[in-house]
Amino acid sequence: MKILVCISKSPDTTSKIAFTDGDTKFDENGVQYIVNPYDEWYALVRALELKEAGGGSVSIITVGTAADDAVIRKALAIGADEAVRIDAAPTDAYYTAMQIAEYAKSNGFDLVMTGKETINYNGSQVGGMIAEGMDVPFVSLASRLEVNGSTATLDTEIVGGIQTVEVSLPAVVSCAKGMAEQRIPNMRGIMAARTKPLNVVAPADIDALTSFTSYALPPAKSECKMIDPENMDELVALLHNEAKVI
Amino acid sequence: MSTLVYINSNDGLAKNALEAVTYGKKLGADVTVVTTGGADESTLASLGEYGASKVMVDRSVTTNDPGQIANVVKAAADATGASTIVFSHDFIAKAAAPRVSVKLKAGLVSGAIGVPEGNKVKVNVFSGKAFGFVEVNTATKIISLLPNSFQPEAGGSACGVEEFNGNAGEAAIKVIETKKPEGDIPLPEAELVVSAGRGLKGPENWGMIEELASELGAATACSRPVADIGWRPHHEHVGQTGVAIRPNLYIAAGISGAIQHLAGVNGSKVIVVVNTDAEAPFFKAADYGIVGDAFEVIPRLTEAVKKFKAAN
Ligand SMILES: Cc1cc2nc3c(=O)[nH]c(=O)nc-3n(C[C@H](O)[C@H](O)[C@H](O)COP(=O)(O)OP(=O)(O)OC[C@H]3O[C@@H](n4cnc5c(N)ncnc54)[C@H](O)[C@@H]3O)c2cc1C
Repeated sequence: MKILVCISKSPDTTSKIAFTDGDTKFDENGVQYIVNPYDEWYALVRALELKEAGGGSVSIITVGTAADDAVIRKALAIGADEAVRIDAAPTDAYYTAMQIAEYAKSNGFDLVMTGKETINYNGSQVGGMIAEGMDVPFVSLASRLEVNGSTATLDTEIVGGIQTVEVSLPAVVSCAKGMAEQRIPNMRGIMAARTKPLNVVAPADIDALTSFTSYALPPAKSECKMIDPENMDELVALLHNEAKVI
Repeated sequence: MSTLVYINSNDGLAKNALEAVTYGKKLGADVTVVTTGGADESTLASLGEYGASKVMVDRSVTTNDPGQIANVVKAAADATGASTIVFSHDFIAKAAAPRVSVKLKAGLVSGAIGVPEGNKVKVNVFSGKAFGFVEVNTATKIISLLPNSFQPEAGGSACGVEEFNGNAGEAAIKVIETKKPEGDIPLPEAELVVSAGRGLKGPENWGMIEELASELGAATACSRPVADIGWRPHHEHVGQTGVAIRPNLYIAAGISGAIQHLAGVNGSKVIVVVNTDAEAPFFKAADYGIVGDAFEVIPRLTEAVKKFKAAN
């Protein structure tokens, strides 16, 4: 089975979120980039498990510039066979997804996996757009994935529960918690990642449909009101009369 | 100029469906609702009260198949000439809206928390740590509204309901089984949430959390390590790498308030923190703080809520 895992970079989860250039750009000063946790912990690790159990190959793909090669090497250290970088700045979800769909269509993958969202833009857009671009089924928010021949069985999150579904491959799957356990790359993986193929591919001609024009930080929280631990009646009264939430 | 709102009515009308219709109405143009699912005609007609002038229902789609839903939404958009298409950003929209965006080549804004100003829509980014303003460069826009960011507003009267054939095609996803734990309140939609972390020491101590939640009519949630060690199910994990929620009230007991946890809950209107450590970072993000032992404070709070409910 040939699996393609979509990898996005995202700022380290402890990064200070700030903006520059009149609040039009994310301030990258001092920011460490990591592989988006959903892509790494769930999509990539499950892809590797499927390969370990049933053979095949795992490729990772990212739409990005040469500056992103370091993040790609981090993902390779976890264990993919090769990486593909579409050489362009990922201007919006549509642009990114159509680049990946073009590549996936011409290289015949059985399964394309993404994380359920990135932790910086939280759009949950790319997976569904790739599926539409490839004209294949899309299963979103999967917490379990088993493959049997050309059929995949998945558990997906629905409101208030879990649905088990079946789909024919090829398909695109977005991965959520439960899918796999995070793997810590070992020294051998990190060494091997340095020499694994990283193919740089020219982008297709595609127009972005949206753009972020500016950003803002939420207003600071007001002072926390401390309540006597013995006096929960007071808290309930405040929640009712002051906060009006119960 | 007209607006098309997609809602799912498989399980009747959820609150987030009413939010989406209300939001559609706020955009100012005529609102048509397109829906898939089994809700009866009078239920669907009641969407008029929230601002719909017409409901189109395609009953041939009986599951949440995103490919079929996308086909129906596209057909409805073609039929109504809608310039804006609204979804509620739930698990169905996350799968179907991107497909509609590609089909129509229309820009998709997901996680919207405001009405568009000109071409710009306010959204949540960086897992709730910041806002972004997204400009759509296409004539048709698709907006996926973050649940619980607009309250439903009724006021109008019932509207007409039309059967609609949206050429949904075959379902690509076959449903084998659906499991919904009885009585649980789904976390992403909950208005009140009681959450606990590693400070509770073990899964056997969650009884008091569940009791408080059931007394309040709240959903339960937990921090990441608690789900990772298997004390609680994965779907309860909130935070940057779990579910992001924005309830009216979030009560956190025995959770330190790490930045990754806060990212998923700082959209809550009111936050109550119970922690033995007065220096716990969570107090900086809280509205009401209690420095104390959750094992004493939570049962006491449950009693106080009981007393309050009995008196009101
Ligand atoms: C990439 C990444 C992503 C992450 N994503 C998430 C995420 O999405 N969600 C998330 O929650 N975490 C996430 N984390 C983990 C996060 O950094 C914290 O480790 C985690 O939130 C801590 O969980 P906790 O507060 O339950 O436990 P702890 O940090 O161990 O805190 C326990 C708290 O309980 C208090 N306590 C102890 N006993 C009592 C008592 N009897 N009564 C009251 N209080 C008591 C303690 O004072 C302490 O503050 C992530 C980490 C990383 C690196």
